[in-house]
Amino acid sequence: MQRSWRQRFHLPAVIGTIPMILVAVGVFVIGIGFSVLWSFTSSKLFPTYDFVGLAQYRRLWADSRWLVSVNNIWFFGLMSISCNMVFGYLLAVFMDQRIRQEDLFRSIFLYPFAMSLIVTGLVWQWVLDPNLGLQAAMRNLGWSSFSFAPLVDANTAIYALVVAGIWQGSGVTMAILLAGLRGVDEEIWKAARVDGIPTWRTHLSIVAPMMKGAFATAFVLQCVGVVRVYDLVIAMTGGGPGIATSMPAVYVIQLITVRQNVGQGMAAATMMLLPVLVVLGFSGLVLWRRNRRQGARV
Amino acid sequence: MAQNGTSVSIQDLSLNFGAVSVLKTLNLDVAEGEFVVLLGPSGCGKSTLLNCVAGLLDISEGRIFIKGKNVTWEEPKDRGIGMVFQSYALYPQMTVEKNLSFGLRVAGLPKEEIAKRIARAAEILQIEPLLQRKPSALSGGQRQRVAIGRALVRDVDVFLFDEPLSNLDAKLRSELRVEIKLLHRKLQNTMIYVTHDQIEAMTLADRIAVMKGGVIQQLDAPQTIYNRPVNRFVAGFLGSPAMNFIDGRLEKDKGDWYFIVEDVRIPLATYAFEKEPVPGPAVFGMRPEHVAFNSGTGWPFTADANVEVVEPMGSDTLVWLKLGKQNFTVRVTSERTPRNADAVSIGFDPMRASLFDAETGNRL
Repeated sequence: MQRSWRQRFHLPAVIGTIPMILVAVGVFVIGIGFSVLWSFTSSKLFPTYDFVGLAQYRRLWADSRWLVSVNNIWFFGLMSISCNMVFGYLLAVFMDQRIRQEDLFRSIFLYPFAMSLIVTGLVWQWVLDPNLGLQAAMRNLGWSSFSFAPLVDANTAIYALVVAGIWQGSGVTMAILLAGLRGVDEEIWKAARVDGIPTWRTHLSIVAPMMKGAFATAFVLQCVGVVRVYDLVIAMTGGGPGIATSMPAVYVIQLITVRQNVGQGMAAATMMLLPVLVVLGFSGLVLWRRNRRQGARV
Repeated sequence: MAQNGTSVSIQDLSLNFGAVSVLKTLNLDVAEGEFVVLLGPSGCGKSTLLNCVAGLLDISEGRIFIKGKNVTWEEPKDRGIGMVFQSYALYPQMTVEKNLSFGLRVAGLPKEEIAKRIARAAEILQIEPLLQRKPSALSGGQRQRVAIGRALVRDVDVFLFDEPLSNLDAKLRSELRVEIKLLHRKLQNTMIYVTHDQIEAMTLADRIAVMKGGVIQQLDAPQTIYNRPVNRFVAGFLGSPAMNFIDGRLEKDKGDWYFIVEDVRIPLATYAFEKEPVPGPAVFGMRPEHVAFNSGTGWPFTADANVEVVEPMGSDTLVWLKLGKQNFTVRVTSERTPRNADAVSIGFDPMRASLFDAETGNRL
C-alpha cells in the first residue's frame, strides 16, 4: 500500500528535525566531501582546486611520520581495546557480586569517562613527569636512585598512553557489560551450578555468549574512541618524544595547522575515513541480508 | 507406590536472611519414589525450600539428607539431584544436544556414555527431532521438555521442579502435567515439585505439603487435604470455587451440638470432631460442591434461600445465594441452572463440613 507524502512525513516532526538534518548534512556530508575533494589537490596553506590525482596519497605513504602514526594506532588500539574489554568484564563481574556501596564504586569507575581526555591526559602527564610526579615524589622520600619516566622515552611513551586509555575507558566498558550481565537470568546460573559447571566455565561458555550485544556495543564505542584519539596524545606527549607517539588524527591536525599542507592532511583524513566506511558497509550488508532472509520467511 | 526407605530428609531446617526468618525449623521426609508437591501462595518459602534442598542456598540451621547421605554442605552437583526451572534456563547459544551434554562433558564422562544417556532421555521425552535446534527455535512446551531432559541425563535419584509449568499457557500446562505424571510412573524417581497451582498439586502429588509463612501447615494425601484441612488457611487455599466460611458459634442443646448463626441452626450430630468441643465462636466451612440443590428434604440440614447471582462456567454453574444474612455458594450441574431471584432449597450433610476455631483457625 502506497502511503501519501503527508502521512509518511509528519510536518511537526520534520520541522523539529530540520536543524539536526542541516547540521548533519552540512558538517558531515559536505565537510567530508570537501575533505576528499581537496585530498586530490595540491592545496598548501589554503585550499585550491589544482588537481594532482593521487600524488598526495603517494607522498603520504612515503612519509615516515605517517607510517609511525599508523603503526601507533594499531598498537594503541589493539592494546587498549583488548585490555579495556578484559578489565571491564572483570570489573563488571566484581560489581555483580552484590557488593556493598555498589553505586559509589560504579561512580568511581565511571568517573574517568566523564572527564575530558585533556584533563585525563594532563593528570597522567603530571603523574608521569619526572620532575613533578611519581619519580620526584619517590626521590623526595629518600629513594634517590628511583627512576620512572615513561613519557620521555620514545620506547615507553606509547605504553603510558595505553595505560591512560585503559584508565579512561574500562569504566564505561564495565557499565555496559554490567548491564548485560544483569540481563542474564538468575536461573541460568542456578542451572549451571546444578550441572556442576565451574564458575569460570559458566562465564566463558554460557554467559559471555549471551552478552554478544553488550560486547558489540562496548567494542564499537572503544573503536570510535581509538580512531579519533587526539586530545589524550596532545595532552600527554604532544606526539613525542620526537614522533614516537604520533597518531593519525594528530598527524592530520599538524599537517593542516603547523605544516600548512592541507592537501596531504586531507589525504590522511580520507585514509582514516576509509576503514570506517569499510566497516559501515560491511555491517550494512549483513543487516540487509538478514532483513531479506526474515522478509522471505514472512 | 514403592515406599521403601527415605529418599530426602529435611531436619529442623531454618533459613534467615538477616533478621527475616524465611523457613522455620522445618521437617520433611520424602519416601523413595514419592511425588511430593510443595504448595502455597507467593512468598510462603516453597521455592526457597527447594533451593535449599538443591544446595543453591546455604541454610542457617538444620540438616539435609539425600539417600541417607548428609548433603547439608555439599555442592549442588554432588547431591544427586536434577532441577527443572520455571524459565527453563536453557543455555541459549547451544543446541538442544549441547544443552543436555554440557554438564556431562564438563564432568569428563566418556563420549559413548554421554551419547547413550542423551539417546535415552531424548527417547523418553520424544525430543529426538529437536536435538540439533537452538532453544530459540523451540516452543515453550518443547523447551520445558528439554529442561527436564537436562535433569534426566544427570542420572540422579531426586528430581526438583521449581514451578516448571508456570510460563506455559493453560492448554500446554495440562498436557505437560499429564506428561510429568507419566514420566514419574516410568522412572519411579523421587520428585519434589513446587507450585502455586492447586490443580497441579492435586493431580500430581502423592502427598501435598501446604506451606504458609515458611511453615508446613499440612502434609497429607491430596484427598485428605481437600476433605479434612487442618486449618482455615488450608481450607481456603485449596478448592476452586473456594470453600464457604460462615462465622457463628457452637452450642450444646440436649446433648447435641449445633452451629448457630442468626436464626440458622445446623445440627452437627454427624460431624466428626477432632476433640471434645467447647461452646463458643467458631467458623463453619462447606465446599460448594458438597451442597445438594433442590433435592428434597432427606438431608440432616435443609434450608430455603433466594438466588442472588448465577455464574455459568460451562461444565457447571456457581450459584450465589443468601443463607440467613450470609453469602453462600453452591455448585450446580449446568442442566439444573436456576434463574436469578428463584426461590430454591439447599441441603447438606455436616459430615462433609469443616469446623474451625474462630480464634486460632485450627480444625475442631
